[in-house]
Amino acid sequence: MTEPILKMEAISKEFPGVRALDNVHLEVMGGEILALLGENGAGKSTLMKILSGVYNKDSGRISLDGKEIEVHNPHQAQKMGITIIYQELNLMPNLSVAENIFIGREPNRFRFVDWRELHRKTRELTTRLGLNVSPTALVRNLSVAEQQMVEIARALSVESRVIIMDEPTSALTQNEVEHLFKIMHELRANGLGIIFISHRMDEVFEISDRIVVLRDGANVGTVDTASSSPDEIVRMMVGRPVSEFFGQAESNPGEVVLEARNISKTGSTNDPHKVVLRNVSMSVRAGEIVGMAGLVGSGRTDLARCIFGVDERDSGEILIHGVPTSIRSARDAIRVGMGMVPEDRKLQALFLAMSVESNASMAVLGDVAKLGFVSEKREGSLVEGFVEKLSVRLATIKQRVLDLSGGNQQKVVIARWLALKPRILIMDEPTRGIDVGAKVEVHTLMHALAREGVAIIMISSELPEVLAMSDRILVMHEGELVGELTRAEATQERIGKLMTG
Amino acid sequence: MAQETTAVKKKPTETRRRVDARTLFGRYGALIFLIALVVFFSLAKPNSFPTAFNLFNIMRQASIAGLVAIGMTFVILTGGIDLSVGSMVALSGIIAAAAYKGGTGLLDTAAGETSGVGVLGAILIACGVGLICGLIQGTLISRLNIPPFIVTLGGMTAFRGLTLIIGNGGPVSAFDPAFNYLGQERIGDLVPVPVILFLAVALIAYIVLRFTQYGRYVYAVGGNPEAARLSGLNTRFIILSVYMIVGLLAGLGGFVLASRLNSAEAIAGGGLELTVIAAVVIGGTSLSGGEGRISGTVLGILLVSVLTAGLTQLNVTSYIQQILIGFVIVFAVWFDRITRARRQ
Repeated sequence: MTEPILKMEAISKEFPGVRALDNVHLEVMGGEILALLGENGAGKSTLMKILSGVYNKDSGRISLDGKEIEVHNPHQAQKMGITIIYQELNLMPNLSVAENIFIGREPNRFRFVDWRELHRKTRELTTRLGLNVSPTALVRNLSVAEQQMVEIARALSVESRVIIMDEPTSALTQNEVEHLFKIMHELRANGLGIIFISHRMDEVFEISDRIVVLRDGANVGTVDTASSSPDEIVRMMVGRPVSEFFGQAESNPGEVVLEARNISKTGSTNDPHKVVLRNVSMSVRAGEIVGMAGLVGSGRTDLARCIFGVDERDSGEILIHGVPTSIRSARDAIRVGMGMVPEDRKLQALFLAMSVESNASMAVLGDVAKLGFVSEKREGSLVEGFVEKLSVRLATIKQRVLDLSGGNQQKVVIARWLALKPRILIMDEPTRGIDVGAKVEVHTLMHALAREGVAIIMISSELPEVLAMSDRILVMHEGELVGELTRAEATQERIGKLMTG
Repeated sequence: MAQETTAVKKKPTETRRRVDARTLFGRYGALIFLIALVVFFSLAKPNSFPTAFNLFNIMRQASIAGLVAIGMTFVILTGGIDLSVGSMVALSGIIAAAAYKGGTGLLDTAAGETSGVGVLGAILIACGVGLICGLIQGTLISRLNIPPFIVTLGGMTAFRGLTLIIGNGGPVSAFDPAFNYLGQERIGDLVPVPVILFLAVALIAYIVLRFTQYGRYVYAVGGNPEAARLSGLNTRFIILSVYMIVGLLAGLGGFVLASRLNSAEAIAGGGLELTVIAAVVIGGTSLSGGEGRISGTVLGILLVSVLTAGLTQLNVTSYIQQILIGFVIVFAVWFDRITRARRQ
């Protein structure tokens, strides 16, 4: 750990109208896990895209093993041993695991793919990673975590010197994260340099050796993890002290607003016989935040989608204010005052090519329209109101939602549902992939909504978030409700135990 | 190095102006190209091309495909496609013509004979036929989730077959002047009626897409169908409705074509779907849905018509014209793509 493997010096990059990076430095030692932190828009992704050849830098130097290098495209970067694993997975869903890992570099005989060798090499890698899938399995049939492992296998297969992991844990469960960390330790022991990007402070402190913090495209500081604290890092990231990660809940739940009784559902898109939900019953009171914990695939999201009417259930009933109500579509749900912030904002919530305004008003367009014509004035003032209330940072509400950071995009999605003045709000991973500042704002907002009497169901894979936000915690495991804990009873260990069965 | 630093430190206002020019060019690329073509042909044929009469003729040629292209824009905005438009034009034209004359075969009816349905009745029948075709296809697409490409490919064949049966393989021809008014008449001896009809429909479509709740939903369904559903939109209805719109306009186009030719041909509208899709795409509407404008479609169809007419007047054979139009389609989409990429 004397000479850095990778050195980025004085990197600057400008996009039209925006100074994305200003004189940024970064060094990674061999056998080191370096955490790269910063709020969304701080320049982390841009810096990593320059390193991996997606963007060209305007100025600055990059050297690998002491030699200056020029990276102009991702292929070149990979050849030099710089591999990046993106947050959004870059796999070909209709090809097999083996094909994905070795695409473009398949072992061949006389230009024909040597399948036996390909599968042998793949099995070697998957065994090393503890990934229990067949080399011939199609990637689209794998879970997100397994797909993530396939990406890592691909990185390992090219003999990387430096591996960049951009939020590799955001879609993983606790167990899978631990497994990933074991692999990262192993890679570190082999002398590789790892750049780890994450929004989860606990993980950063668990795994990293040093932390580099960026803010507004510039270095704020570099610290040894062992001698720092999450508070210090957050202060560096946001440039101001954040007093509390999660706000205080002082709830005063009212009457039961929503009740789901004996919800059952069999059959998912991949497996028609899978038991998705078995006899799940739950309720939420006005002004209450109910947290739902469980592994990915445990049925939390399926339950939410059944309640919201967008997935069909086989049996069971939904009661709104004690009255059995037929909810067979999102429209029905909206009619009874229910809203849902879905799990994946880009795939399920945003119209990326449309304006912030259109995105925010989508569910209530009828309220700002007269005889079918949208009133620009009423729509504008409605959306401006929520932009201000949620402090969405933007230039104008006419700008495309695509150009906002993740946190601000999430606020736009939330604004869409707040515009409905919901009585019940389902929030599936409300703070996934957003920065600390925005996270605090979303949490504060959720508490405010609860105080106003909104019944909130929050699904989250981050146990600290579940623990801090919920009045009551429901835990799901393999389609069944396996536990209900009050705020006082809940601990990370108890929930963890229930989650894993 | 020093140069690079100064480049980076340029004033933000300058950067913004540069971006705007680029965006402008991206947005108005089709218009600039259209003007360039008109200028070029005007210089090449200064006596015959740049006359009001000639330009209106070109627009008249554009008007039938233009009507259909407006409907197609709605469909493509939702991420769909309709390959059956040419067949719907023929089917609605021949049914309306047969109803108007009270028979189909050349032998059954004399020239100018009418059945009492009347012109307005015939127009409504043509539109109704298209609407029903759209209803059937739209239902299959939105309810049974069959890909639009497949459904309308089937429709293209089936409607053509039905047309041939009804017309006994031949046309229904020779109408009275009332029937032919819509296709052949000129207002003030200059502006063809189909042109006015086309521009009026384009204006209505523009208003619907730009200002109404329904228009917003069309973009939303095309941009992200899942998000649209989760936002409480009736996505099935939106999808059904765009196929009905294109059917309605194909029906109207079918009537105008029969009226203009004084004959409802069973082979009418052959290959029309390709011209129409090309126009929509040249106009900048994304085939994956969610992005596009009616103004682009109008420009797209005018561009194709000006190119065809201009080349014909320069005595370029229709074979070469096809090659050139092929190039224009590919070039337009490539151009659109690079300006779009720059903007992002």
